[in-house]
Amino acid sequence: MAAAAELKLLEKSLGLSKGNKYSAQGERQIPVLQTNNGPSLTGLTTIAAHLVKQANKEYLLGSTAEEKAVVQQWLEYRVTRVDGHSSKDDVRTLLKDLNSYLEDKVYLTGYNFTLADILLYYGLHRFIVDLTVQEKEKYLNVSRWFCHIQHYPGIRQHLSTVVFIKNRLYTNSH
Amino acid sequence: MRLFVSEGAPGSLPVLAAAGRAQGREELLISTVGPEECVVPFLTRPKVPVLQLDSGNYLFSTSAICRYFFLLSGWEQDDLTNQWLEWEATELQPALSAALYYLVVQGKKGEDVLGPVRRALTHIDHSLSRRSCPFLAGETESLADIVLWGALYPLLQDPAYLPEELGALHSWFQTLSSQEPCQRAAETVLKQQGVLALRPYLQKQPLPSSFEGRAVSNEPEEEELATLSEEEIAMAVTAWEKGLGSLPPLRPQQNPVLPVAGERNVLITSALPYVNNVPHLGNIIGCVLSADVFARYSRLRQWNTLYLCGTDEYGTATETKAMEEGLTPQEICDKYHAIHANIYRWFNISFDIFGRTTTPQQTKITQDIFQRLLTRGFVFQDTVEQLRCEHCARFLADRFVEGVCPFCGYEEARGDQCDKCGKLINAIELKKPQCKVCRSCPVVKSSQHLFLDLPKLEKRLEEWLGKTLPGSDWTPNARFIIRSWLRDGLKPRCITRDLKWGTPVPLEGFEDKVFYVWFDATIGYVSITANYTDQWERWWKNPEQVNLYQFMAKDNVPFHGLVFPCSALGAEDNYTLVSHLIATEYLNYEDGKFSKSRGVGVFGDMAQDTGIPADIWRFYLLYIRPEGQDSAFSWTDMLLKNNSELLNNLGNFINRAGMFVSKFFGGCVPEMVLTPDDRRLLAHVTLELQHYHQLLEKVRIREALRSILTISRHGNQYIQVNEPWKRIKGSEADRQRAGTVTGLAVNIAALLSIMLQPYMPTVSATIQAQLQLPAPACSILLTNFLCTLPAGHQIGTVSPLFQKLENDQIESLRQRFGGGQLEESLELKAKAPPKPAVVEAMATAGPQQIQVLTDEVTKQGNIVRELKAQKADKNQVAAEVAKLLDLKKQLALAEGKPLETPKGKKKK
Repeated sequence: MAAAAELKLLEKSLGLSKGNKYSAQGERQIPVLQTNNGPSLTGLTTIAAHLVKQANKEYLLGSTAEEKAVVQQWLEYRVTRVDGHSSKDDVRTLLKDLNSYLEDKVYLTGYNFTLADILLYYGLHRFIVDLTVQEKEKYLNVSRWFCHIQHYPGIRQHLSTVVFIKNRLYTNSH
Repeated sequence: MRLFVSEGAPGSLPVLAAAGRAQGREELLISTVGPEECVVPFLTRPKVPVLQLDSGNYLFSTSAICRYFFLLSGWEQDDLTNQWLEWEATELQPALSAALYYLVVQGKKGEDVLGPVRRALTHIDHSLSRRSCPFLAGETESLADIVLWGALYPLLQDPAYLPEELGALHSWFQTLSSQEPCQRAAETVLKQQGVLALRPYLQKQPLPSSFEGRAVSNEPEEEELATLSEEEIAMAVTAWEKGLGSLPPLRPQQNPVLPVAGERNVLITSALPYVNNVPHLGNIIGCVLSADVFARYSRLRQWNTLYLCGTDEYGTATETKAMEEGLTPQEICDKYHAIHANIYRWFNISFDIFGRTTTPQQTKITQDIFQRLLTRGFVFQDTVEQLRCEHCARFLADRFVEGVCPFCGYEEARGDQCDKCGKLINAIELKKPQCKVCRSCPVVKSSQHLFLDLPKLEKRLEEWLGKTLPGSDWTPNARFIIRSWLRDGLKPRCITRDLKWGTPVPLEGFEDKVFYVWFDATIGYVSITANYTDQWERWWKNPEQVNLYQFMAKDNVPFHGLVFPCSALGAEDNYTLVSHLIATEYLNYEDGKFSKSRGVGVFGDMAQDTGIPADIWRFYLLYIRPEGQDSAFSWTDMLLKNNSELLNNLGNFINRAGMFVSKFFGGCVPEMVLTPDDRRLLAHVTLELQHYHQLLEKVRIREALRSILTISRHGNQYIQVNEPWKRIKGSEADRQRAGTVTGLAVNIAALLSIMLQPYMPTVSATIQAQLQLPAPACSILLTNFLCTLPAGHQIGTVSPLFQKLENDQIESLRQRFGGGQLEESLELKAKAPPKPAVVEAMATAGPQQIQVLTDEVTKQGNIVRELKAQKADKNQVAAEVAKLLDLKKQLALAEGKPLETPKGKKKK
């Protein structure tokens, strides 16, 4: 998904009615937002955080110092690791790490839904749709988290719903 | 909180600095772990630094840790800070880890290290200077400053990797480095070992993958999107409206050009090409063409400009060549000087003087400088062991001796170097030496020589460099080369040679010797000026009023940046020394090197035989100018750039703009009523024009060319969006809009013609003639975009500017210059007007052969038709068709016609 399209999606999720215009910069098509008279903003997570503030939903950036730092950490993870030139192996490591991280968590910050969940959901969507049933079961915590986020009100928009099976088929894979 | 760090992990720097800066209220425990230890339970790959929070949660991102410390102190981050941190993670880190890896693990130096990060460094510098704020996110220090400083510190603490021309970056870095928390972090992590302290950590890391195997690239750097404020737009519109009235009076042409007190006086030199070599494209772009662009630009700015060059004619090589061709050295010089002059004339190089070094003035000035050095004690005598041929009664220069290589036993090693093993040889070490001329065996004799005492002059040189370098536009490679010479310490250099063809040494006992070329070649600039005007000292002994720009390839840097300044400083005669030393990297040919002996590459005299106009050559060479890194000439790329940038972008825009004026408005520029969109475009063009000025003032020739193409792209888009060809048929309002769009577009075309003048002088003149641009506007380029073609202005006849380059044309050129025929062609060039190799090949196919081929094509054509008529087997038909095509190809080659290719839509 192009960054500009993703930001459009985020705008809708945040309930921002007035659509912004985005351009793309360079080979990696980094999104640029031209703000009114102010300087332009460059970069997916930068613009996303800006939109959250625009929508007066600052709580999505975390409430405590710890939460704020954790949100930014996962946003950085999203643009450096998830968007990197991921080989099959990289994706496997990424899902494995995330799976073990989410073992005791509902959301990326623990108990609160944040922008990190939204952008990581958007970023991982292309990998998760391609997972086999067995793989989804292997990354069980990721699947649980992903399924939860895609059903979070207003987040999924036009993205396809990924189907997760409730009962386990490969019991010894874990 | 517990912070896990590892010896030499670069991430510790920003983290410790941020911790110190924020003075966290909570206690911070620091544990040191091995570089391969997995601290974070859920991460597969080891990662440090890591902060374990009291909640049990981990922060494993360096920026997030720094951010946390700042948040604990109650400092929130704004959009701009977030933007810098995102840029740091996605853009800076990959480049930086590659650079550090090359430097620390692979032991590379110089451009190899600086190359990957240069763009990022420039980005920071530009952002700082554009906003003119001392810090990244504004007037006060923020998290962004700490994170970026910490990332960059290991590299930039070595001044070799902090380019001096990036002034804003420089002062930002110094400010931060001098702060207490940063200083303490730097001491803790680098332990005063410099960047090498990172080795224990970095060598355990995998090679940064994204930078692996990056090839030499000619692709343009990203065009950043400009932001416009209302004031900028208003200023651009005001300037535009003033129009031609704001042009200053033209400066009268002087002859000779002399410096004027109170004005900007620019003296430009291009490295003197060695006379007996025909220059190749790399030589041309390296000095004469680059200097020409700057000289033309300087004149457009109405600066008082003198551009000089000439042939360097003395030395062994000339003597050798003379012997080979059976001429005297003087005759050789005369002959080749003319060849050089012709080549540069063809390339439209705008020298004020193209002189030579074999003149009485050269002798006079060189001897004067020498005498002054001698009386001041900067020259001493020493004995040198040398080979002497008793038969020829002379000492043999290195190139005049051959023998067996003392290292590998190769039989035909030269006196200076073995061609086989490549080792440098001291001529007296050769086994079985032979005089190349008479083949007798030379004997070792000692000979007295004069040495320039550079160590004695070193201090003066450093003082001078200390004053000159900061804030000047010396290219990074030149600074680097000079710095490394100084670091190794200067050594005395021999300035005499046992030769006849050179400047005589005015000293008793040295009657048979001449000055070594490198001592007197750089004095050539002075003597060439002296031959141009007897008031030459107003240029050359006037450092207060004259700005000296010297252009060269990087191999010439020591002579211009070290040796000549030492001679001049030692002579104590108030010589003008180089203010801006502009050195290029090397230009390769396709994927290898230009090589005269192998006949690979395009040489100056052959460019004109290709049928490609000089301006196209100029454009492409400047487009790929090896600025900052080596680049490569490629035929395919040349075709691509010609067809995309010149034909489809620039040519297309200028031609359309002109055509609309002729077709829709009878050649008369229509009334323009500017809408907000038009004003915005005006401001965009103005901004790009100012960018062009900024770049050219810093002699960033290649980058400034991109600005021209960007403006033209803006123009094309503008026409495309506003569709004047449709609106002209519409309502009154539509017609007016068509008029405004056309008028604005043709004015942009006029601006482009002036901006293009340094790069493509002939094309520029053609556009200006087509648009009938008023004379003063053609010769002056201001920093604002003016309306130079006001409503009512009558333009001339518009016609296309560029031609498409075809694949087969380029393919045949590639083959022709790939190697082989060159020697022969060079020979031809010296004697008679050359014939291109392709023409020769055609000539061998006589009319008879063409007739035979024509018959065969007809015959084969009939066979194919018959088979098709009989609905024969597909494979059979295909085979016969293939035969037919092959015959047609042979015929086309024999007739010298381009192959028929499917014709697409012709572009303007």
